[in-house]
Parts: sequence; structure tokens; C-alpha cells
Amino acid sequence: MLKDITIGQYFPGRSAVHSLDPRFKIIITGVFIGMLFAADGFAALAVGLVFLAMSFIMSKIPFRLMLKSLKPIVPIIIFTSVLNIFFLDGAPLVKFGFIKITAEGLRTSAFMVIRIIALIMGSSLLTYTTSPITLTDAIERLLSPLKKINLPVHELAMMMTIALRFIPTLIEETDKIISAQKARGADMESGNILQRAKALTPILIPLFVSAFRRAEELAVAMECRCYQGGDGRTRLRQLRSEGKDYFALGVSIVFLDIVIMLNCIFG
Amino acid sequence: MDEKIISAQNVDFHYEADPEDKTPPKQVLKNVSLDIGRGQFTAILGHNGSGKSTIAKHMNGILLPCGGKVYVDGIDTCDEKKIFDVRQRVGMVFQNPDNQIVATIVEEDVAFALENLGVPPDEMRERVDDALRSVGMYEYREHSPHQLSGGQKQRVAIAGIIAMRPDCIVLDEPTAMLDPKGRQEVLKTIRELNHDFGITAVLITHYMEEAAQADRIIVMDNGEIIMDDIPKNVFSNVEKMKSIGLDVPQVTELMYLLGRDGIPSDTHIISEEECADALEKLLKG
Repeated sequence: MLKDITIGQYFPGRSAVHSLDPRFKIIITGVFIGMLFAADGFAALAVGLVFLAMSFIMSKIPFRLMLKSLKPIVPIIIFTSVLNIFFLDGAPLVKFGFIKITAEGLRTSAFMVIRIIALIMGSSLLTYTTSPITLTDAIERLLSPLKKINLPVHELAMMMTIALRFIPTLIEETDKIISAQKARGADMESGNILQRAKALTPILIPLFVSAFRRAEELAVAMECRCYQGGDGRTRLRQLRSEGKDYFALGVSIVFLDIVIMLNCIFG
Repeated sequence: MDEKIISAQNVDFHYEADPEDKTPPKQVLKNVSLDIGRGQFTAILGHNGSGKSTIAKHMNGILLPCGGKVYVDGIDTCDEKKIFDVRQRVGMVFQNPDNQIVATIVEEDVAFALENLGVPPDEMRERVDDALRSVGMYEYREHSPHQLSGGQKQRVAIAGIIAMRPDCIVLDEPTAMLDPKGRQEVLKTIRELNHDFGITAVLITHYMEEAAQADRIIVMDNGEIIMDDIPKNVFSNVEKMKSIGLDVPQVTELMYLLGRDGIPSDTHIISEEECADALEKLLKG
């Protein structure tokens, strides 16, 4: 049951988007987010959407997968649109007692909804086309200048790698513990929310104990393999930036410029 | 080059005592001395709590002796400056394969030790591929470890050690959590590494059939070495083995029981083929 959870939601493939240098992908995603927030009007926003659609088509990610990524944010979308529709001042279009709907309200709410959806789709595209481990690698390298101000960049990346590595292991373990507790008569499916939360204790405690034991063993195994922190470390996988990476970044910056220009024209 | 890759001299060890507890800490190792020769395949047998894992952890400086010395290729394991030289020479594989794999991709995990040692990427590629081939996991290099079986994971863990090109590999009950098929795979890998690549192997186990394949068996009980001999001689002491809670291979036990019933038989037999021959001879009279 727990095995169905996919984390990192990587969708393996060999498309042009997949093969971009992950560092560039992260920066381009940043530029894209910049486009969305810089956009003042629908025309500027449309430019951002064109950019999203282009990357999306090139990535060959199935459309239903993209819609799936939106599922968790449906409540947020509804909440924002309701707030914007009802609580924005302006000339009312319809009025029932204290509730009024204004043209500005409708407009802003549509704008916000499109912006949020595009934001989520854009960042999902990054995680769909980049494996978690490559992503971690890229983050480590992008942040490496921050080592100078004593930010433990390597350690953070190592923590992420280990967390990713142990997610399936711990999920499997949780499944086993749940079955074991059920076999001993634990009741996890009935009662009110408080009782159910209490029923989790006999699952969480063994899970924590075992996680600590695993951590201890892993630490010894890492020491056996001469782990001594990030200094003097080399990497098996080298990240190489090529012409196409610079080209893609260039295109995204051009789009950002267009967005800013449109803002000046219509703003 | 030293002929002895590992040399432990009068090693005493106990864990830190709890300051609240007034009783003296329990001695885990008592005056243990042993030498491991280059290229040897040694098995260490012992009951739970006999100190067999503790002595293994002394072999690459994970634990340091409270008394006595441990030398690896002539280097004192207490020398902090040389601890990585020691660990590079003596690699260690543990019981649970899940808890020693660091990366989310097989080949990256095998590369972990090399990344730590600062090996240049080109050479690293070559060493990772060689290590994966030598344990027969090359086809799985791009898999994620959790897709593999227990035996395969343990072979990946072994490859991660082999990639360091150690002189010696210490395996602390590497087959304890595996199914019979995985156990066979792992043992075959260990034998091949020892035989074909000349890597010294120290196998800690409680499976007698595994120990029987070694060149030498060390039996530990209560923190002391009580037997140190070739497998045939160790297992022929059936009663002594049983008195410390250990078993002997089934064929040796059969020979022992026959002997007890007055049928002339040889308890030096440890393999099925030898046993079959001996029985045939007996039956033909």
C-alpha cells in the first residue's frame, strides 16, 4: 500500500529536456519563475505560458502526468480564486446582499490561478525530467560558492542523497511494522482522529529505533570506506555544460526580456 | 611487503563502562593474538557474544584496542594520521546490505569510496567497472539498490570495497540476512575474489558449511581464541565444538555419530564427496 508513493516523481526519458545539464535546468526554472512573477498582464503571462508549453512538448512527458502534479494544489487554487473573486473592491457585476462579484475580482482571480498552475507545472517539469540524485548533485555544485561563507554544502547534499536512498527502505519497513502490529491486534482503522493518531505510536517507535540503528551502521560502513567529508572529494559523474545548455538558457532569458518589455508597453 | 597483512598482538578490549554502574566493564576480547597471512581465506567462528565481530572491527581501526596492538601491513591502527591507509588496505562488509549502501544508483555506490579517496574521474570509471565485473553485477550498474535482491545488494557492497583495491576484505556475517540462493552467490563471490584476485579474505560466520570452505578456521569463545587450525582438524573436535554451542558440518556429525556407535569412521571428513566415498567404502566392507 505504501509502496505506491513515488517520491521525486522522476519520469525517465531521453528527450532534449532530460539531457540538459541539471544545473542549467535549475537556473532556467528560476528564470521561468521570474517570468511568471514579472508578468503584470495577460499578454506577458501568455509569453511565459508559451515558454512552458514549448519545454513541455520537447520533454515528451505525458499530459496526464502533468495534470496529476496539479492534484495536490487544487484546494489552494480554489481558495485563492474564491478570495480574489469575493474580496476585491470594484464595480460589482452581481450582488447578493453582502456578496458581490466584481470584474476586477474575476480578472485577478483568473490571473492568479493561471500563474499558480504554471508555477507548479514548471517546477514539476524539472523534477519529472531530472532524477533526484542528479538534482542533488546539481544543487551541490550550484551552491558550492557558498562554502566560502561556511555553509556546509557538501553535508547538505550528502544528507539529501542518504534521505533519498533510505526512503524506499523505510517505507518497506513501515509496511512490515504495520503488518506486525496488526497481527498483534492493533486497530488502526477505527475511532476518531485522536484515537487514530494514538494508534500510530506503536508504529512510529519501532520505526525510529530501527532508523537510528540503521544510521549507526551506515556511519560505520561509510567510515570503512574512508569517508572524511567533502574536502578533496572527486566525483564519478561529471557535469558538463555544452552549447545546447547555454542556448536553452539564452532562450529563457530572451523570453524573460519579452515579458518585461510587454509589461512596459501595457503597464 | 609484509607477509602478514594483519597482525593482532595481545589485544584486550572492553566497551566504555557506564559511570553509574560500579561493576567493572565486561572484557570483550582477552589477550587475543592472531596473524592473517596474505592471500589466506580465514573463517572466524563463534557464538553470539564470543567477540568475533569485535575482533573484525579491530582489523581496520573501527575499534581500537584497549591493550595490545593491531598492525595492518605494518601500520599501527592507533596511528590517526594513517587511519585511511589502514582502511584502504582492509575493507569491511557488514551483515545488512541495506545499511551500507549510500547512493541511489549501484555504480555511484561502488564509486563512493573512490570519491572519498579523491581518485580522478577517468580512473574511477575504470575501477568501478572492474569491481562490478568481478562480483558479476556489471549489468545492474544503473539500477537502484532497492530493486535488487539481498544477495545482489551484498555483492554491490562487496564491489564498493573491492573498488578501493584492498589487500584484505573482512566480511562480518555477510550472509546472515540472505536466503540460501543469496548466500551461495555471496560465498561464491568471496571464493573467486580470494582465488582469482588473491585478495585476503576474513569471513566471520556462523554457518559451518561456509567455514568449511576456508583455508583456516579460528574459533572464538568468550573473547578468546580456543582453536586455530585447518577446517578438517577444527571440525574433528566434535565434542569441543558442541560444548561451546557450535555445530559441525552435517557430514562430520554423521561420521561422529557412526564412530560413537562403534563403526570405524573419520571425523576429519567435511565435504559431501568425501563422506559419500567413506560410506561407500564402509558398505562394501
